[in-house]
Amino acid sequence: MTDIIVIGAGVTGCAIARELARYDWKVTVLERASDVCEGTSKANSGIAHAGFDAVPGTLKAKLNVEGNGMMDALSAELDFPFKRNGSLVLCFDEGDRHKLQKLLEQGLKNGVKELRIIEKEELKSLEPNVSEDAVAALYAPTGGIVCPFLLTIALAENAAVNGVEFRLNTEVQKIEKISGGYRVTTGQGVLESRVVINAAGVYADRFHNMVSENKLRIIPRKGEYCLMDKKVGNWVTRTIFQLPTKYGKGVLVTPTVHGNLLVGPTAEDIDDYEGVNTTREGMEDLVKRASLSVEELPARQVITSFAGLRAHPVTEQEDFVIGQAEDAPGFFDAAGIESPGLTCAPALGKYLTAQVLEYLPAGARKDFNATRKGIPNMALADEEERQRLIRENPLYADVVCRCELVTEGEIMDAIHRPLGATTLDGIKRRTRAGMGRCQAGFCSPRTVEILARELDKDMAEIGKNDKGSEFLTGRMKEN
Amino acid sequence: MKKDLVIIGGGPAGLAAAAAAKENGVDDLVIIERDARLGGILNQCIHNGFGLHTFQEELTGPEYAERYIKKVLELEIPCKLNTMVIDLTQMSESKKNAGSSKANDAAGSKLITVMNRQEGLYTIEAKAVILAMGCRERSRGALNIPGYRPAGIYSAGTAQRYVNMEGRMPGREIVILGSGDIGLIMARRMTLEGANVKLVAELMPYSGGLKRNIVQCLDDFGIPLKLNHTVVDIKGKERVEAVVVAQVDENSRPISGTEEEITCDTLLLSCGLIPENELSGNLGVDMNPATNGPRVNESLETDKEGVFACGNVLHVHDLVDYVSEEAAQAGKCAAAYLQGRLAGAKGEIPIRAVNGVRYTVPVCIDPHRMGETQVVRFRVGSVYKDAAIEVSFNGKVVSSRKKRALAPGEMEQIILKKSELEQFQGLREITFSVRQS
Repeated sequence: MTDIIVIGAGVTGCAIARELARYDWKVTVLERASDVCEGTSKANSGIAHAGFDAVPGTLKAKLNVEGNGMMDALSAELDFPFKRNGSLVLCFDEGDRHKLQKLLEQGLKNGVKELRIIEKEELKSLEPNVSEDAVAALYAPTGGIVCPFLLTIALAENAAVNGVEFRLNTEVQKIEKISGGYRVTTGQGVLESRVVINAAGVYADRFHNMVSENKLRIIPRKGEYCLMDKKVGNWVTRTIFQLPTKYGKGVLVTPTVHGNLLVGPTAEDIDDYEGVNTTREGMEDLVKRASLSVEELPARQVITSFAGLRAHPVTEQEDFVIGQAEDAPGFFDAAGIESPGLTCAPALGKYLTAQVLEYLPAGARKDFNATRKGIPNMALADEEERQRLIRENPLYADVVCRCELVTEGEIMDAIHRPLGATTLDGIKRRTRAGMGRCQAGFCSPRTVEILARELDKDMAEIGKNDKGSEFLTGRMKEN
Repeated sequence: MKKDLVIIGGGPAGLAAAAAAKENGVDDLVIIERDARLGGILNQCIHNGFGLHTFQEELTGPEYAERYIKKVLELEIPCKLNTMVIDLTQMSESKKNAGSSKANDAAGSKLITVMNRQEGLYTIEAKAVILAMGCRERSRGALNIPGYRPAGIYSAGTAQRYVNMEGRMPGREIVILGSGDIGLIMARRMTLEGANVKLVAELMPYSGGLKRNIVQCLDDFGIPLKLNHTVVDIKGKERVEAVVVAQVDENSRPISGTEEEITCDTLLLSCGLIPENELSGNLGVDMNPATNGPRVNESLETDKEGVFACGNVLHVHDLVDYVSEEAAQAGKCAAAYLQGRLAGAKGEIPIRAVNGVRYTVPVCIDPHRMGETQVVRFRVGSVYKDAAIEVSFNGKVVSSRKKRALAPGEMEQIILKKSELEQFQGLREITFSVRQS
């Protein structure tokens, strides 16, 4: 019997796993996809929220402010991109000022620092492209942007090098209470564990309900996004939110930490737990609503669109469901982790680990290594660093992805590091190869070739992500 | 490293430009090519039809490229392969030689930062540069096609590379969106390899490709082309399982109720080409929004002195023969510039593209600098029957050429004579327009 099983290798599961790795437990993470960061964690706003949104006193509020505060140190420790670019909530109507005021007070109560309301003049000087219709804004300098992929991957890699076992392509089918723990049946065999931690995103209700009579319900809430070319990445420098208006809940316009412009999300409750398709209506809606925030939204600069599902819990209080299930000792939920789940993840990992420690005491591991070095980034490196990398390995001079300037050296790193990439999407999220304006048109055949070569597979076995997503259907002259 | 001339790109444009420059006396030059071989995209275009104008014979893409590669090798023009240009800038003021401004001094120098496996990362200082980077295909994301994001969605050129370069099939049951030439060529290619090409859907009321390709690649194989249609949904979570095609109205908006689901495992996109001008952007070259390429004068020189452009980075061509022809002119003009023979502009006459003419290359002409004749290339914005291309000087029609058919998929050209321009007193403006009968 193992000590702890974590279900789900999204940002929440990986953040928990990394905290668990600090203690003398045997930990296994089960993930049904072929890589970490394959669900909600890969398709969200990439925002480290300041923390003024959540209702004071909720876990959301507490973990948001804590998680936001941890980002600088964590980014240095785990080497992922994070930037405190600040955020603004726009108010378009003098009659709505009380709503700004309420957000301000809420934020202050939650412990958000430096929060203040600014008037139009200051707003326009901070963000010249912000809509002329904005009359005032709530300014949160502590708001930030983070790469959701690299945050998740960094947490997972660091957990893995500290002894956490990751089992990918392993879907949990059944969980049963047994003496002293749980029996977890997967598509790849049966495991037994003293503790189970449920970080299964939109599927968390399913697993919770297998062991608890206090039923949980999660609704997948779809959010569609448009990503724009780096040419217009500086349209705004801060993350621009809207106060809810008669047009509904506003969308955000933000630079990404990699320098693109991101617009989204829509919000639509759906039945399909895999319904990550974009829609014409959704995309048109986004452009319309984002155009309220900024002047002349460069909608023609879209390079890709995507959709993600927030795990929206149906609860009395709008809050995360975190902690031990009342009627299932040793079964811990990290469920209903919708926005600001990405921001909360580091704090949530610590919070939940403290609870697990009470249930299953363990000593701290002396050999825990908290630091992780990321893949070198030729695109961002300065001249000196580039020269040093090329001297170290000439493959850093061999460009594979021309749009994002990703080299064969970086792709090799992505494949050969702990929890290395095995798919095209895995390469993309670790190195950005294929994320640029040509959207992998030029580099994908070469990336597929490198993957096949390094993994000792045939090109036909290489896929975009999970099984069934292979690119090639055969050789020529076969039919 | 210092060079008189650096040619960025070793495809058809770069090759022809380099050869012409060398033949016109430029000895200190180099071609920078990011791929492992010269020839650019021609290497994967194994169909024939290339070279009818240049060589009066039908060559395949690699054969056409081979002729120019041979020439470049015979002329002993150095080429750096597997080499990426990662930056292109103007030499900063501080590094300029004090008090000089002539072409041959460092004042006009460009700095080209390149990187490759053998030599690492370094900078070349060049007196002149020819931009010949080609173009890329418009992606699914830029087209805003809704739906899932499974495997099985390729730009036509990517699929062409898999089939022709790697010998692999990217799919079996194919729908193609867009009737650009690469899409049409791939419809035939995939069919010949045993795939089932079910449909080519085209958003516009006309094809974006050459008429001959419609006939030879679709009609001859019985592949249906549906004009005024687009893909409105992509189904399948891991691999494409179906696409939904719908008819569009005159504003290109899908008409509700016309949707048709087509089972397939692959969607190929051939919806336009975009000149790859990221490097031109770094240099601050003035761009033409109608072509997404630099604005150039009669010498194919951009607004940055000593920086020339040709081929698909300048504007998307229909036939490679015209790319070679244009590039040779760029090479010749770069040579003239380096030899101090490209006299400074004395009075550039703007060429305005109006009434159905989408753009012209060049955008202006200096009668003093032009050769005895000047080719003006352009495209029209829609389909015309029995129309005429009119050239006007100061608003007065000076020539009218009848055209049975004009289509956006075909590049047009008109040759202006130096004598005509010089004889017209007080010439201020040239206009190109379509006149419908």
